[in-house]
Amino acid sequence: MSPEQKKYLKTIKKKKVLILFLQVFLLVFLLGLWQIAADLDLINTFIFSSPSRVMKTIISLYQDGSLFHHLWVTFYETVFSFLLGTFLGIFIATILWWFRLLAKVLEPYFTVLNSLPKVALGPIILIWFGASIHSIIFMAMLISVVVAILNIYQGFQSVDSEKIKLMRSFHAKKWQICMYLIFPSNRENIMATLKLNISMCLIGV
Amino acid sequence: MNEILKINHLTKTYHTLEKETVAVEDFSMDLKEGEFIAIVGPSGCGKSTILSILSGLEEKTSGDIFFKDQQIGYMLQSDALFDWLTILENCLLGLKIRGEITEEKKNYVISLLKKYGLGEFLDSYPSHLSGGMRQRVALIRTLSTKPDILLMDEPFSALDYQSRLAISEDVYKILKEEKKSLIMVTHDIAEAISICSKVIVLSSRPCKVKKVFSIHLTDGSTPILNRKTIEFPIYYDQIWKEIDYES
Ligand SMILES: Nc1ncnc2c1ncn2[C@@H]1O[C@H](COP(=O)(O)OP(=O)(O)OP(=O)(O)O)[C@@H](O)[C@H]1O
Ligand SMILES: [Mg+2]
Repeated sequence: MSPEQKKYLKTIKKKKVLILFLQVFLLVFLLGLWQIAADLDLINTFIFSSPSRVMKTIISLYQDGSLFHHLWVTFYETVFSFLLGTFLGIFIATILWWFRLLAKVLEPYFTVLNSLPKVALGPIILIWFGASIHSIIFMAMLISVVVAILNIYQGFQSVDSEKIKLMRSFHAKKWQICMYLIFPSNRENIMATLKLNISMCLIGV
Repeated sequence: MNEILKINHLTKTYHTLEKETVAVEDFSMDLKEGEFIAIVGPSGCGKSTILSILSGLEEKTSGDIFFKDQQIGYMLQSDALFDWLTILENCLLGLKIRGEITEEKKNYVISLLKKYGLGEFLDSYPSHLSGGMRQRVALIRTLSTKPDILLMDEPFSALDYQSRLAISEDVYKILKEEKKSLIMVTHDIAEAISICSKVIVLSSRPCKVKKVFSIHLTDGSTPILNRKTIEFPIYYDQIWKEIDYES
């Protein structure tokens, strides 16, 4: 390794440490600001609470052992529903890609479904499934599945037509085009959808 | 030399909702073993369509195409490299699709990559390569399945002038050494004359063969030397006059 390369790597490392430090600093700063604002009655602590109160609640929840239970339930619901939703979404998007006619038929329905505020469906789902973990999971899943289908199908469709031509010039079968081209060229899109759905699901839950 | 490909009275009509487009009308040509033929013609006249039909991507409307059980390799206009695959993996794509990756074929591809200056880049990704290198990778990917006939659609049009000269030198060398036959579409008359021994000039759409030029250059050893021959500008003028450029 040349000295310049070493120097370059060192600066990169330094930058990373600096960024991490500033991120932590910002967090502490914001929490401090929040606490001070609460102490000075600048904000309504009934609505906004304060860091010390949050801490107290966490400690008391921890002491009666229910913190981990709550955390666990939230975690489990979220992960389960977003995974299920996203994978179902990928699966359906693949089917739509495979059967163009079906995609054409269903297109307007998906658009309408997506433009609905999904949270508004909450009460209906609660009535159907009752206020249980099932309805929460179903709600989260519904949101993520629609988002996933639309995002991913759109990504599937915008794959470079020259690359499809290339695959066909090697006489690739449809499943090969799907596995070797469509999926891998959408890997970033799929990751982005997963991330989006995590945050969406936290809202749903 | 014997003919390995014969095209007789090929026609192709595209149908869309608005209209039908006759892209190719009564196109005939022969290709002999080891021969390099260029197809030039005005933009949109149907050159790509001819290659797409030969490679099986499009159906012909009528006419006959005879192959002597030749393998066809189609090099598209863009390199269409997959950015998530390494250079080697990109070059093995055709073999993978056919389910034919063997140690021997893999070694053949690696030897091509090494021979043509890409030996260091087997495990690199396409984004680290220059335009000319990417084009060479695309060529080796096309060669991986050992085609007898190469079809190239404006293979170098995305490159700057210097790279074009350099890469046509390379491609010429590679194809001659690997004993391939070539049909290349180009809009660059100089490129056509310097690489090919026959230039087919097409009329504007629907394309028909307007005139065929046999190119004989004294000292025809490489494309760059070919450009320096005394016959070169004469052919250039003659071909230029035949092409219907729209004003
Ligand atoms: N899939 C298609 N459907 C309908 N019309 C098409 C299709 N592909 C090509 N055409 C039409 O056929 C004609 C010939 O197209 P082609 O791509 O073969 O021309 P070209 O000579 O390669 O042009 P260029 O020099 O611009 O690459 C054009 O008028 C084009 O609009
Ligand atoms: Mg074209």
